[in-house]
Amino acid sequence: MQTLFFLMIFAYLFGLLTALFCGRGSFGRGLTAVSATIGAGAGFSLGLWVVLTGTPFIFSIPDLLQIAGGFALRLDPLGAFFLIVIGLVGVAASIYGFGYSKDYEDGRASLRLLGVMFNLFMLTMSLVTLADNVLTFLIMWEGMSLTSYFLVMTEPKEAETISAGVWYLAMTHTGLVMLLGAFLLLMNGGSGGFSDLRMGSGSLTAAVRGLVFVLAFLGFGSKAGIVPLHIWLPRAHPAAPSHVSALMSGVMIKMGIYGLLRVALDILGGGPVWWGGLVLGVGAVSALLGVLYALMEHDLKRLLAYHSVENIGIILIGIGAGLMFHSYGLMTFAALGFIGGLYHTLNHASFKGLLFLGAGSVLHSTHTRNMEEMGGLIKKMPWTAFFFLIGVAAISALPPLNGFASEWMVFQSLLGGFNLTTPEVALLIPIAVGMLALTSGLAAACFVKAFGITFLALPRSPEAEHAHESPLSMKIGMGILTFTCIALGLAAFVVVPILGRVLSGFGGLPDTHAVFTMNLTVQSPNRFGQFSSIWIAAGLLVLLVLIPLVMRLFRVNRRVRISDSWGCGKIGQTSRMEYTATAFAEPLRRVFAELYRPTKEVSIDFHPDSKYFVQSIDYKSEIPLLFSRWLYEPFLNLIRSTARQVRRLQAGSVHLYLVYVTVILVLMLLAARWF
Amino acid sequence: MVTLVNAILLEIGQAVLALLLAPGLVGFVRWLKARLQNRLGAPVWLPYVELWKLFGKEVVISRNASWLFRVTPYIVFACVLVVTFLVPMIIAPLPFDNAGDLLVVVYLLLLGTFFLALAGLDTGTAFGGMGSSREMTIAALAEPAIALAIFGLALGAGSTNLGQIVTLTLINPGVTINPGHFLAFAAMFIVSLAETGRLPVDNPSTHLELTMIHEAMILEYSGRYLALIEWASWLKLTVFFTLLANLFIPWGIATTLTLGSLGLAVLTLILKLVVLGVTVAVIETRIAKLRLFRVPELIGMSFVLALLAITSSFLLK
Repeated sequence: MQTLFFLMIFAYLFGLLTALFCGRGSFGRGLTAVSATIGAGAGFSLGLWVVLTGTPFIFSIPDLLQIAGGFALRLDPLGAFFLIVIGLVGVAASIYGFGYSKDYEDGRASLRLLGVMFNLFMLTMSLVTLADNVLTFLIMWEGMSLTSYFLVMTEPKEAETISAGVWYLAMTHTGLVMLLGAFLLLMNGGSGGFSDLRMGSGSLTAAVRGLVFVLAFLGFGSKAGIVPLHIWLPRAHPAAPSHVSALMSGVMIKMGIYGLLRVALDILGGGPVWWGGLVLGVGAVSALLGVLYALMEHDLKRLLAYHSVENIGIILIGIGAGLMFHSYGLMTFAALGFIGGLYHTLNHASFKGLLFLGAGSVLHSTHTRNMEEMGGLIKKMPWTAFFFLIGVAAISALPPLNGFASEWMVFQSLLGGFNLTTPEVALLIPIAVGMLALTSGLAAACFVKAFGITFLALPRSPEAEHAHESPLSMKIGMGILTFTCIALGLAAFVVVPILGRVLSGFGGLPDTHAVFTMNLTVQSPNRFGQFSSIWIAAGLLVLLVLIPLVMRLFRVNRRVRISDSWGCGKIGQTSRMEYTATAFAEPLRRVFAELYRPTKEVSIDFHPDSKYFVQSIDYKSEIPLLFSRWLYEPFLNLIRSTARQVRRLQAGSVHLYLVYVTVILVLMLLAARWF
Repeated sequence: MVTLVNAILLEIGQAVLALLLAPGLVGFVRWLKARLQNRLGAPVWLPYVELWKLFGKEVVISRNASWLFRVTPYIVFACVLVVTFLVPMIIAPLPFDNAGDLLVVVYLLLLGTFFLALAGLDTGTAFGGMGSSREMTIAALAEPAIALAIFGLALGAGSTNLGQIVTLTLINPGVTINPGHFLAFAAMFIVSLAETGRLPVDNPSTHLELTMIHEAMILEYSGRYLALIEWASWLKLTVFFTLLANLFIPWGIATTLTLGSLGLAVLTLILKLVVLGVTVAVIETRIAKLRLFRVPELIGMSFVLALLAITSSFLLK
């Protein structure tokens, strides 16, 4: 284990150095990518080792950072699970990055900075899961945030990127302040070792514990992207290079989930019902709003970023349900909720990573993120299209892929709510079920749009027409995650018991290993529900082979004629006749018009002689972002106006400053006299 | 070994039964509708002839279409057919009962719809896109109502497994006179109309661009592909009717594997399908199609009914 740990550290450091000294050129890029891959692979293996054996890995340097208990690392199964998630997407993204970053050789971005920050980002993020005291945790946390800031700023010349960077930096530090508050309250003047915090948390008053929980939820939530703290996410994630977007959306936001579990479940050991209710409620709202805003998005990468908000919401629904059952003492159901949340974390990492890599390939080849300019890519980029299709089906929670398996677990944990008798909880849970179902239905609609408009029909622009398939390294990166999307779905009956073991012991959760049968099906406690993705997949496959065979047996007509699409008598089809992304989402925009409140601006240019002859029509419609307008803009305006008031003090006049000095001096003398 | 062979034979038998009944059911509804509208109507077996005709015709494919267009009919058909292996039609619990519960059934059907919607976009015509967009809108909005109806059923039976729900209702018939049971049935019935593309949500016999949903999506299909898709959608109707019949009023279904009970089960299944077919035919003659943007209201009603069903089961627990 020690070997794997050092291999991980030194591989990342080596990658950092090679990027620093020979970041450009295919050799340098290759070496950087290989070392990042080795680092991620070593982290993955280390995590897997700890999860499977159940023995934590401990490593500390007491002399480093002596003031706060030294540099302490300890990898327990919970942290190891998240290290696996990092390693999984990290391997794919590092390999993919080799091909993807070739475009930056033209000097648009500094490849050195990209390579250095990429490796440092992976390193600090991995160490977040290992940190065992407050200072180590916060340093690594901040390192992860800062390096990812630099990664977002890879293409510094774009105006959009600059604004995204500012938002990201502001939001992540707001979160950090809340985390500092939470940890200071937890430490209560004692040491910052996590084991001490765990021991001390019992003696805190209920109010302090509640405050710690809320601060931690907001702090970690701002990283995870919960509504309304998600505002940075759809800006920052698309701005970064695509393999970094995959890591940020697939993995980094999950560190928020890790932190929340660490503090709420492990250190605080669970709490009153309202904790779970809060997490569940915020999760359900995030899920629904995330997908609703994604539906209206035509920027492929921003659409995916909004879906990260949605999926974090689904994860939080699972965790919230877990926390609720935990406070009622229904440990098996609590475990089911947490397992659902963790399973979805892993699954979301693999399909969202895959989709961002796929979107990167499209961007790489068409140089646009606007879906309205794509189309027909399934013929030019068959591999990317296939990988993307699997990712799309997985994220839409379609069986037998992994997204369905974890959403099924979350559903089942919510259905366990019938064990609760409190009326308000009894009403909250069905509403959450409805919101979760609506979310997954809307996600399917949104991904029909994303895949259909991007990859199907005729190309809508010359760029899309001349698209080309991605190089091998990018295909390998996507292929790895495609494989895991399928494998994690089929192997649900293996994954679920392992996740049960990961959680056992945290917050007094039992080992639910025995609850889940291993005979190819997954079942929730008390045989409440059962399903076997491997049987479903087998059934589908057998039928897909059998149906054409039977049709041949019955001598069905097998002739095929290729012809034009039917155009109501119109000859010659062009891409302008196709449905657009906007048109596709229009019915839902009308249904949810109360929420979106779209603005419409139509200007018609008539012929000077008669208004019955229209020369051109200009139509503009925008969906204002609810939270920017009602929450952030008033706040920013307040800050700006305060700043303007403060500026009056600094008028630039020396006389005025002399007055200030004199006044302050007098005041201080008086103060010294009196006290 | 014998039991395994028996089990597989039973499952295949049930799937074949569903395949054979589906066109008949649709033909019956069409015929009855025509009679109710004072028309003579086509014979009940016309859908069988339609399938025969379509399987004998060549396929015309748009030159814009990709491989996805060609696989979709098979995927759609396979999805619905897998569902017939999971839904207890003549016997409960089925041997494959633990392979998938009610949630799996719903999401498998969604898988078929998903691919059909993609195929609708694949040919690049405005019709296909329009159909896909509308179909996905309705599918998405119907999802919460279905989930809540499932939740309501599961609350009564203590399980989401189909076999479990059916057998528990048989053992404990008091559940059926529970108000929650009726409300859940009403909710499920409305959603079934939406999911299977019946009036007032979609009109299966229209080809008017303003009102088409499902038909617009599959407009480019012909020959054997169209046959598969049509058959799959008829099968889907049969599956939803069977769910409505057997989950809420399960009597008649076989619980033991004897020839007599199986025969009785087949007969009661046909009877139940006929009753539901008459209901749908009457509804479709009595009411007009809703405007697309009024459909959410209908589905919202179903959602509220399901929510009431759950609350009442909580209160009466």
